Amino acid sequence: MSSTIVSLPDQSTARIPKTNFITKENGLLSWLLTSDHKRIAILYLISITFFFFIGGAMAGLIRLELLTPQSDLMATDTYNKVFTMHGVIMIFLFLVPSVPATLGNFLIPLMLGAKDLALPKVNLLSWYLYVVGGIMVLYTMVSGGVDTGWTFTTPLSTHYLNTNVISTGLAIFVAGFSSIFTGLNFIVTIHKMRAPGMTWFRMPLFVWAHYAASILMVLGTPVLAIAIVLVLLERTVGIGVFDPTKGGDPLLFQHLFWFYSHPAVYIMILPGMGVISEVISTFSRKRVFGYTAVAFSSVAIAVFGFFVWEHHMFIMGVSNYSMLVFSLLTMLVAVPSAIKIFNWTFTLYKGSITFETPMLYAFGFMGLFTIGGLTGVFLASSGTDIHLTETYFIVAHFHFVMVGGMLMAFLSGIHFWWPKITGRMYPEKISQLAALITFIGFNFTFFPQFILGTLGMPRRYAAYPPEFQILNVFSTAGATILGVGYLLPILYLTWSLKYGEIAGNNPWQATGLEWQIQSPPLTENFIEIPIMDHDAYDYEWLERQNQKEKEVTSVG
Amino acid sequence: MNHISQVLWQFLIKWLTNFQLYPPEASKIAPQMDALYFFMVLVSLIGLTIVILLVVSFSILYSKKRHPVAVQIEGSTLLEATWTIIPLGLFLIMFVWGALIYFRVYTPPANAMNIYVVGKQWMWKAEHPGGQHEINALHIPVGRPVQLTLISQDVFHSFSIPAFRVKREAIPGRYTTVWFEATTPGTYHLFCTQYCGTNHSAMIGDIVVMTPEDFKRWLAESTSGMSLAQNGERLFASLSCNACHNGRADSRGPSLANVYGSKLTLTSGQTATADEAYLRESILNPSDHVTQGFAPIMPTYQGQISEDGVIALVEYIKNLDSNYRVDQTLNTTGLLPEGEGRAASAGTKPAGQTPAAKGTVKQ
Repeated sequence: MSSTIVSLPDQSTARIPKTNFITKENGLLSWLLTSDHKRIAILYLISITFFFFIGGAMAGLIRLELLTPQSDLMATDTYNKVFTMHGVIMIFLFLVPSVPATLGNFLIPLMLGAKDLALPKVNLLSWYLYVVGGIMVLYTMVSGGVDTGWTFTTPLSTHYLNTNVISTGLAIFVAGFSSIFTGLNFIVTIHKMRAPGMTWFRMPLFVWAHYAASILMVLGTPVLAIAIVLVLLERTVGIGVFDPTKGGDPLLFQHLFWFYSHPAVYIMILPGMGVISEVISTFSRKRVFGYTAVAFSSVAIAVFGFFVWEHHMFIMGVSNYSMLVFSLLTMLVAVPSAIKIFNWTFTLYKGSITFETPMLYAFGFMGLFTIGGLTGVFLASSGTDIHLTETYFIVAHFHFVMVGGMLMAFLSGIHFWWPKITGRMYPEKISQLAALITFIGFNFTFFPQFILGTLGMPRRYAAYPPEFQILNVFSTAGATILGVGYLLPILYLTWSLKYGEIAGNNPWQATGLEWQIQSPPLTENFIEIPIMDHDAYDYEWLERQNQKEKEVTSVG
Repeated sequence: MNHISQVLWQFLIKWLTNFQLYPPEASKIAPQMDALYFFMVLVSLIGLTIVILLVVSFSILYSKKRHPVAVQIEGSTLLEATWTIIPLGLFLIMFVWGALIYFRVYTPPANAMNIYVVGKQWMWKAEHPGGQHEINALHIPVGRPVQLTLISQDVFHSFSIPAFRVKREAIPGRYTTVWFEATTPGTYHLFCTQYCGTNHSAMIGDIVVMTPEDFKRWLAESTSGMSLAQNGERLFASLSCNACHNGRADSRGPSLANVYGSKLTLTSGQTATADEAYLRESILNPSDHVTQGFAPIMPTYQGQISEDGVIALVEYIKNLDSNYRVDQTLNTTGLLPEGEGRAASAGTKPAGQTPAAKGTVKQ
């Protein structure tokens, strides 16, 4: 019995289908004016990868500076600008759009059996807004940078800095609308464009996760937009909403900002969780354990996620009693995440497991996200939050969730659907190696930061007391390994565009509707409207289908 | 090569000899917080081990080689309930335990010794009641509860003492408090942990914990001869506060003797307790805090007195129990204003009221 699930067509005769969404039209304009969700997904993929590497370069600079206790590689102002840019780019231009705008865009219509998203032109508009936001960020960067931190704390951002706060604020404002439109598009599509027979509980969990994330995008992002506009008005004309000398309240900004920015972490992680559900099911040949529990836990995260924002402000002098409410709700939001982890684990039980790259990344996700989630509880518990907040413990915690969780999920998904998107396989061995390198590098980089944080090292410090140096050196060394782990996929995935094996329709023998059509898909996705007559992850149905096909071929 | 390995070697030795997992426990609350911390570490390790063990053993037992055909399983309500209820229970324990500690850290005992701390870009300035000032340092005795009343003159800062496990933001426009009781003499880190601009990472200092005798000596050596309240008294006179707040029958402002801690009724009909935050607010935004029976004629001092000045005034008013000296200074020119009072007093003076407002910004 082989230890792989991969079933490729005979490479000597197989061809990439002549007509597909990539070959349908040629020329730059055909891409820039497209309303095809698959092409837009690819536009997004290219742009977010570009920004990921800029953000990654910033991360590299940060780690280099922290190699020594003194602020010697760059001036403190430069350091402040670098970590601000790292945060702004990674959050608003990479993590928020990462899975939804690329994989979500590409796959949601395919998974639902639809021709496109409900609002294809709005979809293209989202991308243009994203690009405008991105260019404004680049402009900010080359014209002197900004050093507010990605959190824009007032009154620092409104009264005390003379860097490019306004262009950054506008950039985030614009990019925010890109996110709102994407969310809106997904919600409408999921409600209105499901194929016949595709009931809510037959939808892949990837779609459920995106539905939950979309609700957060649509309801949360406008509040961020409002907060930013108020900051800009305060800065330019001094309206005094946040300025205590004019009767304003600087804590109000914290409330508004975190009302978006806490749900934002669920915007980032939920789509990643969707990817993990698909991957784990496919490589263990099993229906996701407790489908309904996983689906509803996404919704629960989205709902509770809106009512926990004040846990970012426990030490800012909020009332003790409101702290109680928010600490309790934060504990509650941890439960659905635990439910997901255990359901994925039990999906493996009595499965028939293979270990291709997407599965390795998914395992990495489960380990790192579990650590990220559990350390979140240290911060939700108000007593320990006092000591740990604003230190490297926080930095380590959210990197475990965002990078260890979301980025692992993103890479898992990219490898998983690469054959569908491009029609070609990525090279398996080297990508398994890349997954391993990423995992090791990640732990080396961020685990020491938990200890640093517990010891009290504050975040956003360009210089630090010498006793913290050794752990920082470990962290920087790990970041180097991590960098290699991220560069490898870029290289071999690009290589595979030309030299990868022909994938065929369904190399993983997965059950989703997207796998039943040609790779890469046609512009109109399905030749005829598919009818969903089985549950999601019904591997027996797939087997019957394969059986039927075989009979037809042998009879023919 | 040889050179590099030597560096690595030294490094390893340094690491192994100085290895720490948590900072020194130098306050009463520190061991309590660490107990919760290690409880959570333990629970996390157990949880993580369970997940890893399950994933690894399932991966081995049910790999395609050993287990070629998957068995389809719908789910299990019993298991779902198990992994909902057990984590929930554990999280609730952590919530209650954490909240108990939180309340302890932010509820100062009545007998605590109060020190004011002003954060500004980029330094910490501490003001002891005896008039001792320190920059980027704080001297305190062991075995005595110390309360800090924090405020920022510009942006958000955060006053963090890892060895005490306490941290509190210093916020512009409002007082926040935190307290601790040091247990071990020594010098500990003070960090600003809220990003505050260019020299954020230089906004650090030393917390010097001394035996009570050493502390007494330090206080005696560091005093300028004037207590904080006495500084406040000078400022009070130089700003001509006493022109109205003098306790005379015909005064235009309410008497401030014993006002601290009292309940006031405002013209708006609300009642307010005259605490530090209230006193500060009524100096800076008097028209919002007019005591019943007085006219809103007091000018604002917003932007005219530094936070240090306000603190001195508040400390003065807190300790004011008779108008005898206020009355006297009214007829004296002998008391010279301190620098900042002079500038401010040039334009304004007079009038009315003070205390009282809408429960103000209490943290």
